[in-house]
Amino acid sequence: MTLLDPVWTSLLYLAAAVFFILALRGLSSPRTARRGNLVGAFGALVAVVTVFLSARLDNIPWIIAAIAVGTAVAAPVARRVKMTQMPQLVALFNGVGGGAAALVALLELSHNADPWTRLAIVFTLLVGAVSFAGSGVTFAKLQELMTTRPVVFPGLPVVMAAVLLAAVGTAVAVVLTGSLALAVLLMVLGLAAGVLLVLPVGGADVPIVISLLNAFTGLAVAASGVVLGNVLLVVAGTLVGASGTILTRAMAAAMGRSVAGILFGAFRGGSTAGSTAVSERPVRSSSPEDVAVLLGYAQRVIIVPGYGLAVAQGQHTAAELALALEARGIEVDFAIHPVAGRMPGHMNVLLAEANVPYESLKEMGEINSEFRTADVALVVGANDVVNPAAKTSSGSPIYGMPILEVADARQVIFLKRSMRPGFAGIENELLYEPQTSLLFGDAKDSLAKVLGAVKAL
Amino acid sequence: MDGMALLTITVLAVFVGFEVVSKVSSTLHTPLMSGANAIHGIILVGAIIVAGQAADPWVLAVALLAVVLATANLVGGFVVTDRMLHMFRGRKGEGK
Repeated sequence: MTLLDPVWTSLLYLAAAVFFILALRGLSSPRTARRGNLVGAFGALVAVVTVFLSARLDNIPWIIAAIAVGTAVAAPVARRVKMTQMPQLVALFNGVGGGAAALVALLELSHNADPWTRLAIVFTLLVGAVSFAGSGVTFAKLQELMTTRPVVFPGLPVVMAAVLLAAVGTAVAVVLTGSLALAVLLMVLGLAAGVLLVLPVGGADVPIVISLLNAFTGLAVAASGVVLGNVLLVVAGTLVGASGTILTRAMAAAMGRSVAGILFGAFRGGSTAGSTAVSERPVRSSSPEDVAVLLGYAQRVIIVPGYGLAVAQGQHTAAELALALEARGIEVDFAIHPVAGRMPGHMNVLLAEANVPYESLKEMGEINSEFRTADVALVVGANDVVNPAAKTSSGSPIYGMPILEVADARQVIFLKRSMRPGFAGIENELLYEPQTSLLFGDAKDSLAKVLGAVKAL
Repeated sequence: MDGMALLTITVLAVFVGFEVVSKVSSTLHTPLMSGANAIHGIILVGAIIVAGQAADPWVLAVALLAVVLATANLVGGFVVTDRMLHMFRGRKGEGK
């Protein structure tokens, strides 16, 4: 039984598509972002209610149970996940979306004999499977279930080329024959291609790959809309595919990378090999009290927060330290690298959580010329984003990435857990410079000790 | 729906997709990616249609798996984006 005639169905889907466009636009400005997200969720609700009222559906109790299961799994995880684990959760959700699109296409194969529709089916199968497997590897890298270094083995380009050729051949065969077994094989090849695509990507570039796979899933969803003749899926999927592509390029530009370079750099070899050795050279380590004196008698302090701060949940302590210094009449700013904390905008979110005023969060372009006037640059749990190797060493994996010019400050203090290199796996020459001192320990503990010492000054 | 109409819609949607995010600041890259990620969870509609037409238990099982995965993408995506954006609140006393 259907309650809605096709005209109303189309109008409601159109309304949902408009809500999605408004959602993306809202998300592009800080003032409207939260409302934009809610508008998107409302659009999704409209669409789901519409499909129940308009299509002739059997198995409704089963479907509702499946929706309940999906919600029961995802909502609590999404609500409880630590802010630092946000990137891998986004990757995971993206992957399951791609997987869902691939399964939908697989089941539609037996209903469609038209070659164009079958072409859309094989596209969805392949891209959905690449997105699923690629996101899985991304998740594993960010969750540190596997090494964050690029994984390359000899013959990787050959294997990749073989998988892609086999995939194209299988895709053609599926379009011609409509064989389900071949379609399953195509999905498996897609999974293999997804793994091979992401394995060689170096740690620091992973966020860009998440964004790229996000666009891929969007395209898979759009193609599944073609298969099902559903305009909403076509519009929503295409929107995500297009905006995801732009976003990927914007993120890559913020890191001074090209998308092609990230994906294929490792295949060409050479550029991503990081030095893994921990150097034995001497560094100047100092005590919380020394750091407090440096900070407390400065006129201008710039705090550079990084992933280590996020992991230690030290953003509140950092905010308190900034307040304590400001109470002494010191000018304090936070310098935010575009990818500090592993994802663009991630650090802004964390510091906003700690109620650091928006005006104190300075973007890289704005703050870089000001390091020259700073007495102290306090680097908390950051490494790659201040590593001068990005400018000087052309063999380095981060070469070309814009960095925060902390070396220009009169004194540089690093709060670090150990001498272990950062996420990109390369050493930082700055640690050995004469103006640098290091305070070892968990970022939050160190900040708390420094805060106590500043208050005691 | 005929192919030409679908192609027209697709091309227009590409331009809308490019336009709406062309001027976003790096601050919002993560929430925007996460929000776009939630939107493609709308594949749930497709999964529901396929599950609703399934006659054979094997097909139904795979379709229901697709429904679970798509729901996780859709619901989880919007919730996680909302949490991220919640953190932006209270700045200058205006953001919501």
